Amino acid sequence: MSFLSHLISGISLGSIYAIIALGYTMVYGIAKMLNFAHGDVIMVGAYACFFIASRYELPVVLGVLVAMLVCTLLGVIIERLAYKPLRSASSLAVLITAIGMSYFLQNAAQLMWTSNPKVFRSVVGDKSLKLFGGQLSISAIAIVTVATCIVIMLGLTWFTGRTKMGKAMRACSEDKGAAQLMGINVNATISMTFAIGSALAAIAGVLLCSMYPTLMPTTGSMPGIKAFTAAVFGGIGSIPGAMLGGILLGIIEIFGKAYVSTQLSDAIVFVVLIVILLVKPAGLLGKQVQEKV
Amino acid sequence: MSEPRKETKLVPVPATNYVPERDVDKPPILEARNLGIDFGGLTALEGFNLAISPTEIVGLIGPNGAGKTTVFNLLSKVYQPTRGTILLNGNDTMGMSTVQVNRAGVARTFQNIRLFSNLSVEDNVKLGLHNHIKYGMFSGVLRLPNYWKQEKQANERVRELLSIFNMEHMVHDRAGALPYGAQRRLEIIRALATAPKLLLLDEPAAGMNPSETGELMENIVKVRDTFGVAVMLIEHDMNLVMGICEGICVLNFGKIIAKGTPSEIQNNPVVIEAYLGRQKEDG
Repeated sequence: MSFLSHLISGISLGSIYAIIALGYTMVYGIAKMLNFAHGDVIMVGAYACFFIASRYELPVVLGVLVAMLVCTLLGVIIERLAYKPLRSASSLAVLITAIGMSYFLQNAAQLMWTSNPKVFRSVVGDKSLKLFGGQLSISAIAIVTVATCIVIMLGLTWFTGRTKMGKAMRACSEDKGAAQLMGINVNATISMTFAIGSALAAIAGVLLCSMYPTLMPTTGSMPGIKAFTAAVFGGIGSIPGAMLGGILLGIIEIFGKAYVSTQLSDAIVFVVLIVILLVKPAGLLGKQVQEKV
Repeated sequence: MSEPRKETKLVPVPATNYVPERDVDKPPILEARNLGIDFGGLTALEGFNLAISPTEIVGLIGPNGAGKTTVFNLLSKVYQPTRGTILLNGNDTMGMSTVQVNRAGVARTFQNIRLFSNLSVEDNVKLGLHNHIKYGMFSGVLRLPNYWKQEKQANERVRELLSIFNMEHMVHDRAGALPYGAQRRLEIIRALATAPKLLLLDEPAAGMNPSETGELMENIVKVRDTFGVAVMLIEHDMNLVMGICEGICVLNFGKIIAKGTPSEIQNNPVVIEAYLGRQKEDG
């Protein structure tokens, strides 16, 4: 029974990684850049929700919506101010800018909200579902997290596959020049990608802090790195890959903690990543680029 | 500027704009005036004057490196010109972006096919229709009635467009998996989907066998007649150029060396010289 309970917490933690990883993978797919500030956008979203729902005790739904709005704006502004001017710069310059942006957000949060940990009140309360006569208990947040993750996954798949904006995103990811010559506004499409990724980051932030209720300016950084790992693990650029990578990473982490060692759990995660990348360099669902000779 | 080019005796032919008879009274759809571009110190194009009538088929020919694709890149605003103006339907396109000039009616294909090869044929054409499908983010995400209506119209339009080249049966195939000729046709359809007034075709017959080229020639004329667009094409296949172009413009070393009807071009000594080299005076 403990196995099942570990599996469930692994899947729910993995679902959060997956939602964050979607932001990384979508931005990478379209703008071909690694937005390392993504993890810190999560933290900002969690703070936004914290102030609305925990501090001022307004409805939780409002807290989530405000968090999404704040993060969407933040994501678009970051892209406009920090990344857009570097559109034609080398990828290394953009990468360094992204790392700088990450530290900027962390320090700005520290300045505004201090580094004292805040206690985040779970958005779904601490109810849980008892099964098998109380032997297995599944927390409400785990259920909500997994359900949210599934809804987001289905929604995004549908969005990218069936709507004109989604198709424009895929077109930009393949060939920006050709997309532009078809009358597709590439800058607007990139902004939209950042907006969607950041809105998802807000949701991930709220879910993460509902599960682990300590909120600090550095809260987003480790999950951000893990989610980036998940995106690479699943095949960066691929939406189902980010999903699969995230969930597997969550499961591996929780099993590592439960059966091997709490201290070594992160090391185990990265060892598995290295092994997978040695076998499949493009990630689990990544496309192997074929060169036509 | 390299020395030998100064010594060349290729004198530009006076730029009298060629206008086919049936279009004499119509204003040109596109007019390039004294267009030029430098890359660093290198002049890639100089003094390019050309007017294209609303339903004309114009050929742009010249030896390799003459600046033909540069002209296309200028007309579709991939490059901004160093000198001169481009008038589209009488309006200056100064400062317009690629996207804006596409919305204003210029669509193109590429010398090396640039389809969205991981997307389906249908999606490729729909991306051409992008600016003609009108629904917002919210109708798209929430699947409001307007979304379904617009998508249905788009699907019908895609099939209509594909049917002109008899490609309806390929609608769900992956674009990258199509045979070469079909990819070239799909690129033309995708460009047509943006509802252009001027269609720029960059070497549409490249890599085609004579029978495919023959079919392509018919198709280009058909496209012009069906959609009422002006077509400008770069091509090395002289049968195609002489067969369907009403006006021909010859470039060499970034300058227009001749303009005229196919028969005028075929007999123009400057053109022959550019292509075959100069004949010895004393024979």
